[in-house]
Amino acid sequence: MAKTLFDKIWDAHVVREVAGGLTVFYIDRHLIHEVTSPQAFDELTARGLTLHRPEQIVATADHNVPTRYQDQPIQDPLSRSQVDKLTENCAKFGVELYGLGHQYQGIVHVIGPELGITQPGLTMVCGDSHTSTHGAFGTIAFGIGTSQVTQVMASQCLLLDKPKRMRITLDGDLRPGVTAKDLILYVISQLGTGGATGYFVEYAGSAIRALSMEGRMTICNMSIEMGARGGLIAPDATTFDYVKGRRFAPQGENWNRAVAYWQTLYSDEDAIFDAEQHFDASAIQPMITYGTNPGMGIPLATSIPVLTGGSEATSFDKSLRYMGFQPGESLLGKEINYVFIGSCTNSRIEDLRTVAAYVKGKQKAAHVEAIIVPGSKQVEQQAIAEGIDKVLAEAGFELREPGCSACLAMNDDKIPAGAYCVSTSNRNFEGRQGPGARTLLASPLVAAITAVEGRLVDITQYLN
Amino acid sequence: MEKFQTLRSGVVPLPIENVDTDQIIPARFLKATTREGFGANLFADWRYAADGRPNADFVLNDSRYQGHQILLAGKNFGCGSSREHAAWALYDAGFRVVISSYFADIFRGNALNTGLLPLQVSDEVLQGLFAVVTADPRATLAVDLQAQTLTVPGWAEAIHFELDPYKKECLINGYDDIDFLISQQAAITAYEQQRSWVF
Ligand code: SF4
Repeated sequence: MAKTLFDKIWDAHVVREVAGGLTVFYIDRHLIHEVTSPQAFDELTARGLTLHRPEQIVATADHNVPTRYQDQPIQDPLSRSQVDKLTENCAKFGVELYGLGHQYQGIVHVIGPELGITQPGLTMVCGDSHTSTHGAFGTIAFGIGTSQVTQVMASQCLLLDKPKRMRITLDGDLRPGVTAKDLILYVISQLGTGGATGYFVEYAGSAIRALSMEGRMTICNMSIEMGARGGLIAPDATTFDYVKGRRFAPQGENWNRAVAYWQTLYSDEDAIFDAEQHFDASAIQPMITYGTNPGMGIPLATSIPVLTGGSEATSFDKSLRYMGFQPGESLLGKEINYVFIGSCTNSRIEDLRTVAAYVKGKQKAAHVEAIIVPGSKQVEQQAIAEGIDKVLAEAGFELREPGCSACLAMNDDKIPAGAYCVSTSNRNFEGRQGPGARTLLASPLVAAITAVEGRLVDITQYLN
Repeated sequence: MEKFQTLRSGVVPLPIENVDTDQIIPARFLKATTREGFGANLFADWRYAADGRPNADFVLNDSRYQGHQILLAGKNFGCGSSREHAAWALYDAGFRVVISSYFADIFRGNALNTGLLPLQVSDEVLQGLFAVVTADPRATLAVDLQAQTLTVPGWAEAIHFELDPYKKECLINGYDDIDFLISQQAAITAYEQQRSWVF
């Protein structure tokens, strides 16, 4: 029978089906970090259990770490105790840890792919909703809660019901200045924050095929922002080239066997999806969000919609009040004081290159604070090797050390109340970047141009 | 996990759509390494002013709704991050049931693993419930998990709600998935021996 890509991987990971339509589902790789793992380790201990397969777990410290002076002890006592707890737990339970200062440390969803831990055909979980990022490799990857983290620790399995399958097809060539981030912001603006709830999404079409792995990760990363359990993209030569030679990638004869298997991972021609969506990628423009959920996005050069009546109106009004915007208003010309380039959505080397290429020889506006937080130590090192650090410094941008940073503002990197921040992260929820902070989500290119201009502009006028 | 069978309680109305986990429990409160105590910071940015004083116009600070164990919320409740802390915070603050017309997937799972019942109703029923609670802040609803019914004062018929049969058993008995998964050890080990696609 014809199968979707999702079904092929799912079926290979069914340990057994149990009554009531639930599946004991096997997890190949488990990523953990300091914020959602301590309670899971404690629960394990309280029940007298231990890790079923410690070698299938990799840990890093990313969510609450400072992005300056990482060689010194963490100042905030609560953050320090959480990171110390991770270190203790990993030592006690025999888990590989890429902690602060380690050459492989970084945001979980950046280091997994970069180390070759993420591979096609696998199943991966992490106590973090943006685990969907890894789906870019043709991997079933999704975020789980802490109770489920404990379950995977104890059994390497989860008890799941099978999600429905949706395919989102994006065909056409991208316009100048349009990036993967714009594609996904556009899709979410069309489907809404709950538009894919209950589904696992496969992205397909010529616009997806043409993307780099970094771009594909940006797309899959934000699947959760429309409620999807995860997103995935069929692996192809772009995928294999990216994985090849990475630290945990298959070697020698195993590599050939792996690729032979990976080449079978695609949706069969007549496979049936529970839902299909098609978009013309060539019509998509540079995007920005104006509200307090990622579905509230518009082409940067157009105006905020006007919503009248309906059950959504109250939430819409509340959202615009928080942002200090009016219905029907254009965002062009709005003064911006903060630009944050980072997060598991857009902190990879390709993102930093995009920013550097634009800002080279230019200066950020005087009133803008522009920080760039690389996704990992390896990205940081690569940026230094390519001289990107110097280009950024000359343009007045501050290159920090790796972590989640102002994406969720658990550390000191916060946007002040009332201030506007153009951010390359994935969530513009109220208070996400600090209490009262106002976040506008956009691509690294839009962020770079905004930092230089000091206000929102129609970026298509600024491209060489 | 605590058992859940029936509940009769007043309701706290929160008629906002897309309430995300960053509102339920802001990230800066996630630094604890235990499960307890998150209730104090539930909805912190709506509940308290910048100086830490309670916001008089936020429903959790309204004396008419104190002690109520059912939260009534707009569509797509719990979207956003996977933090189970959101479910813990609601539970720790005394809630045992959240009613909405739509729940984000991860939140729904986390709630069930915490012993908090995510009770899904239609958009129409949700609007009706808001009307009942707005008219009478002391209105009490009755939830019967075994019968899968929600009884509303003044409504002729109880509302039936859906729940996965396995999850229902777990809640009623206070079991969780770990007990079950551990019992599957033999099948899991057998499966691991025939995995051929990990290179
Ligand atoms: S960068 Fe942001 S979204 Fe990504 S894992 Fe960190 S906190 Fe979560």
